[in-house]
Amino acid sequence: MREVDIIIIGGGPAGLSAAISCKREGIDNLLLIEREDRLGGILNQCIHSGFGLEIFKEDLTGPEYAKRYITEVERLHIPFMLKGNVLDISQDKEVVVVSPKGLFKLRAKAIILSMGCRERARGAIGIPGTRPAGIYTAGQAQNLMNIRNYMVGKRVVILGSGDIGLIMARRLTLEGARVLAVVEILPYCSGLPRNRVQCLEDFKIPLLLNHTIVDIKGDKRLKSVTISKVGKRGGIVPRQKREIPCDTLLLSCGLIPENELSRKAGVILDPETSGPIVNEELETNIPGIYACGNVLQVHDLVDWVTLEGEKVGKSAASYVKGGKRNYQWIDARAGSGIRYIIPHRISTERDVEVTLRVSRPGKDKDILVKDRNRLIKKVFFGKVNPSQMIKLRLNKKELRGTKALWVSLR
Amino acid sequence: MIRDLTCIVCPKACKLKVEYSEKGIERIQGVLCKKGQDYVREEIYNPTRVLTSSVRVMDGDLKLVSVKTNRPIPKDLLMKVMDVLYKTKVKAPIKIGDILIKNILGSGIDIVATKNIKGNG
Repeated sequence: MREVDIIIIGGGPAGLSAAISCKREGIDNLLLIEREDRLGGILNQCIHSGFGLEIFKEDLTGPEYAKRYITEVERLHIPFMLKGNVLDISQDKEVVVVSPKGLFKLRAKAIILSMGCRERARGAIGIPGTRPAGIYTAGQAQNLMNIRNYMVGKRVVILGSGDIGLIMARRLTLEGARVLAVVEILPYCSGLPRNRVQCLEDFKIPLLLNHTIVDIKGDKRLKSVTISKVGKRGGIVPRQKREIPCDTLLLSCGLIPENELSRKAGVILDPETSGPIVNEELETNIPGIYACGNVLQVHDLVDWVTLEGEKVGKSAASYVKGGKRNYQWIDARAGSGIRYIIPHRISTERDVEVTLRVSRPGKDKDILVKDRNRLIKKVFFGKVNPSQMIKLRLNKKELRGTKALWVSLR
Repeated sequence: MIRDLTCIVCPKACKLKVEYSEKGIERIQGVLCKKGQDYVREEIYNPTRVLTSSVRVMDGDLKLVSVKTNRPIPKDLLMKVMDVLYKTKVKAPIKIGDILIKNILGSGIDIVATKNIKGNG
């Protein structure tokens, strides 16, 4: 069986950056495995701009951003496999992969999970009605339009105001379709303000907050969707129903980390993020298995995915080289008003950066970091929003002697 | 004239009420930094956007090449540029940064490729 020091599963932004980082740390015997026929992952179909503002201070499109890292992978002669579909990972880090060249078994000293996420589809939302053609997830429509050159429809309704939905509203309009409405069940837009302005307001596309779809009609092709207002406690307001004739419905209803493989390997997941539970090295409960990018937590900026990949590459390389392991981990927990915090365990021996999301939007809030009743840090935010990932740096001096870390919003 | 604007310079996304005339901006309600003031002036008097789209490819390993305007273009040109892109076909191979259409609609702005496309021959 072929032995590899580090196997990286998934050649999107997280995997590319992790592979480069491993190589720079001196690991030569590594393998990056990608399922598609080219590296870059979802960036290849994200032809809009807005990538790279943090890292390069430039406004790049998805393919341009990906190219920078693919070029670096090639320059460093990092081995990668295309059309390689990983079928199984075992607890002792045996990886089974199938490609057009056959079925292979590899053994790794360390594994980096960077499989990304997938979209929540109709079945997961449970919209009543018939099952006609013309219903797509937003990313699927994006792939059809931007890679395969198929137009998905003419009169379109979009459910969910996540960034991909907003981007697709603009894309469809530019390509000649009419986007009749973006329907959002929450009382606020879940996408970035920049996308709300440039994708919806620029084209006068209505955003219907507190609304959802309650019926789908159509025999072969979608004929209409029925939308309804949603009351304060989440119930449907029966008198405020309206049928919108349309031929296409896009679903932009959230992303779920793709962790089937992780589960097979015995990796424990956090029910809140659907990603692995990790320590500050971004290592899962299985020693030597690491996670980064959208398989760990769904990000809003690719730049931060890249930075997470960089960090994981360093951790995995240190593991292979026999670096320090005997940390005393303490728990980091999400208190009131905080949806989740990553990492789940920290050492308090080093400076650490934590990422978190709040549960609901708010104004003039403090994020409090506490050890029981001792206040470690207080950071003021004029505005907080669940759609924005928040990063906090905690230095080891502040953390000294901490028994358990609680983060809450006040 | 009065317009409601959301500043998109940073994630704070300040909500603003802008009073203006043809001569200039008279009053802005809402907190605003220096960068935000520049954005508001641009957005009222000369709104521009970077347009990203795709163009059909002949003899390539993909059917489409993604493209962008090399600079922001006036907002009212967006749909007119789309009409031109819709009718355009280019031949593979294509490299990132290749100028596919020079000086589109006499605007002084070029359409450049944002993806490498290999020839399939």
